[in-house]
Amino acid sequence: MVIGGGIAGISASIDIGNAGYEVVLVDKLPSIGGRMLQLSETFPTLDCAQCTLTPKTVETGQHARIKLLTYSEVDRVEGKAGDFLVSVRRKATYVDWEKCTGCGLCQQKCPSKNPSEFDRGMGMGKAIYTLSPQAVPNKPVINTSTCRYFKEGKCRVCEKVCPVEAIDYEQKDRFVEERVGAIIVAVGFDLLPKERIGEYGYGQIPDVIDGLSFERLNSASGPTTGEIRRPSDGKTPKEVVFIQCTGSRDPERYMPYCSRVCCMYTAKHARLYKHKVHDGQAYIFYMDIRSTGKGYEEFIQQGMEEEGILYLRGRVSRLFRDGDKVIVWGADTLTGKKIEIAADMVVLATALIPQNDTKELAGKLGIAVDDYGFLTEAERKLRPVESNVEGIYIAGCAQGPKDIADAVAHANAAASKVQGLFAQHKDA
Amino acid sequence: MKVELTRDKVHNEFTKKVELISGQNLFACYQCGNCTAGCPVSFAMEVGPHEVIRYTLLGLEEEALNVNTFWLCASCLQCTSRCPKGIDIARVMDALRMVVLRKKDRKDHIQISEFPEGFLEKVPQIAFISGFRKFLS
Amino acid sequence: MDYLYFPGCTLYTKAKNFDQTARNCSRLLGFELKELSNWTCCGATFPLATDNIMALLPPSRILASAREEGTALTTLCAVCFNVIKRTNRLIQGDGEKKDKINNFIEKNYQGDLRVVHYLEILKKDVGLAQVKEKVKRPLEGLKAGAYYGCMLLRPFDEMEFDDKERPTLFEELLEALGAKAVDFPYKIECCGSFQSVGAPEVATECAYKILGSAIKSGAEVIVSTCPMCTFNIDHKQADIKEKYLDFKQVPVLYFTQLLGIAMGLDHRTLGFDQNFVDPVPLLKQKGLI
Repeated sequence: MVIGGGIAGISASIDIGNAGYEVVLVDKLPSIGGRMLQLSETFPTLDCAQCTLTPKTVETGQHARIKLLTYSEVDRVEGKAGDFLVSVRRKATYVDWEKCTGCGLCQQKCPSKNPSEFDRGMGMGKAIYTLSPQAVPNKPVINTSTCRYFKEGKCRVCEKVCPVEAIDYEQKDRFVEERVGAIIVAVGFDLLPKERIGEYGYGQIPDVIDGLSFERLNSASGPTTGEIRRPSDGKTPKEVVFIQCTGSRDPERYMPYCSRVCCMYTAKHARLYKHKVHDGQAYIFYMDIRSTGKGYEEFIQQGMEEEGILYLRGRVSRLFRDGDKVIVWGADTLTGKKIEIAADMVVLATALIPQNDTKELAGKLGIAVDDYGFLTEAERKLRPVESNVEGIYIAGCAQGPKDIADAVAHANAAASKVQGLFAQHKDA
Repeated sequence: MKVELTRDKVHNEFTKKVELISGQNLFACYQCGNCTAGCPVSFAMEVGPHEVIRYTLLGLEEEALNVNTFWLCASCLQCTSRCPKGIDIARVMDALRMVVLRKKDRKDHIQISEFPEGFLEKVPQIAFISGFRKFLS
Repeated sequence: MDYLYFPGCTLYTKAKNFDQTARNCSRLLGFELKELSNWTCCGATFPLATDNIMALLPPSRILASAREEGTALTTLCAVCFNVIKRTNRLIQGDGEKKDKINNFIEKNYQGDLRVVHYLEILKKDVGLAQVKEKVKRPLEGLKAGAYYGCMLLRPFDEMEFDDKERPTLFEELLEALGAKAVDFPYKIECCGSFQSVGAPEVATECAYKILGSAIKSGAEVIVSTCPMCTFNIDHKQADIKEKYLDFKQVPVLYFTQLLGIAMGLDHRTLGFDQNFVDPVPLLKQKGLI
């Protein structure tokens, strides 16, 4: 079983499936793809994230040996390596996925509009939804907290328009049991909520957004069809400040560790912004530049030289609103000056943290987490994909912040461990 | 502007004194500049608080003590409250004041005799008491 | 409900209006401020040099004598509050220093006095709902900017007063009094403090920015809880006007003066003569006096 259908989970599943073993892939979201689905372009190549991801999700969806259990969560785990019994809660989707053809009419006609979590509050979504037009599986679910029928007993438009009568409001959660020989945990990451950061406005300044929200703004499939517009008034921002290390490398008040990917994705954001807004200025407040991967350092320097991105070495002490601008009080320690910028928009590279249910899941599996909630590897250097329990492996950002290439390598390694385990006991 | 460093220079008396009086570990400062960025009076300082800490760490006593930085510090604690490394920068600023004021020549930073006419009557005691404690030796 | 009360040197003289209005209002709100029988200056700054025990003696003496007379001590001046509370925390946390101090001042204070600011009494002990009930003349239409300054809020782990980035206590009080609380970004920024003695032009600049921010956000009056801040942002408006010719003066009131108006006290007892910028024209215009 692979828990988590992001790029790590998908990569591991394909590897194991291709090796000839059956895989059950569980994901709590309605479709697979994880964080990469929310990205617009990836560093250092600036390839379109969907174009890289979709072949993989489609391959996973169509793979003969991979069974997808999406919109599902692991409820209980018993047993040991070679013989785990996992009870999986299949959450009620209120849509009969056997009947649904993925025509999308229900989504079109749904009248309920609420801030979309997938779009990080940058745009509106419907109560009945798929995460993207290329979702795998391309079947919608109903969000009961925003659906008018579930809240007020009205509407039922989706039921009326569905050509195959797939809407079923009476659906309940159900449980299925899976017997598996090994488990890979690849449940990914979340971002430190900007609502926690007092000196940056406790998330209440509309034009202060985080990195994933910027990805949604830049995405062609996003709330602004890829145009960079600021949330408060939809205007094109001309002065954009990017702040690295927001909540990272901060032992006193937030996370002490480095979130590893922010230097690269912030440079990427600044470059993508400049590609679209030629007369805009991008400022990046940084403490260091960590660009250790292949092609990364060149990517950073190219951004400075070709786009005129101004890198200011220093942190930002405070953000506050002044009229329709966001005042940024930062420092440039290379000149020793206090820098003040009246920005149109600020993008925070917030710390990568584990998902809020990772700890609970680890508890069910009996595997260890560290002080911050990331899954602990069996040995820090030599056993990076094994947990402290035989037969349970860890992959991707659930173990610690990393970029896509490293997550895939990590997942491939976990898959190879599973294959090794199975090969050892192939007579069992 | 060249500085030659040796291990004795790094662990010199001046730096040790500042660390002792302030109770702060100056090696913890990774020069992020957050203090300077949030300081309400840094606009008037010759160098920001982070820079004077840097001078102190490198044992550059003359440079560190000849700037107006710590004299302008109002002990508002904004720097301390936001430092990601938990350094109490306000204490370091005060320690630098103390290093100067406790020197043998006991030179006051402000001269009461130079106050303008009527100043002593106008300003409330609270300003004098705190001011004198920070500026007089 | 009685509280031991430490006025501090400035409240006794140059900020008498703050002291008087606080005492008058507390009676109306059901508690008494019992001035300490024996007190001296608090020292006006918490000593940041860790080897300066001498500077800790005055506030320690205050704590020790207060503890002999009761269990809860309150004050109005934010600076006194900061010094006394931080000293209290130090005594609670550092046994060695506590013994040294007790030795010097020949007392046996163990750190068990509750030190609380008048505003905290209003919010936590009396309750703002109660305060609202006692309001006779709601401050309707008055746009008041609550200026916190530094000493109430920082360091947060020792003062535990309110959120140091976005405090709301003051605004809650103003709303309870019927006024329209105006939030402004500079409400937590320093007024310059004792730099009005050391580098007066710098303090003038700080005050100018604070007042400018409040006025820009729509405040008609600034509310303060510290005689140091009030000197810098009220009395120094003369200096500001000299440097910035188009600066429009704005009255600064102690919160107890506003409290007094709201509770129906005669405005002539509120000590407006000690305020530099006369608040009477604005208050008359708003129909509050």
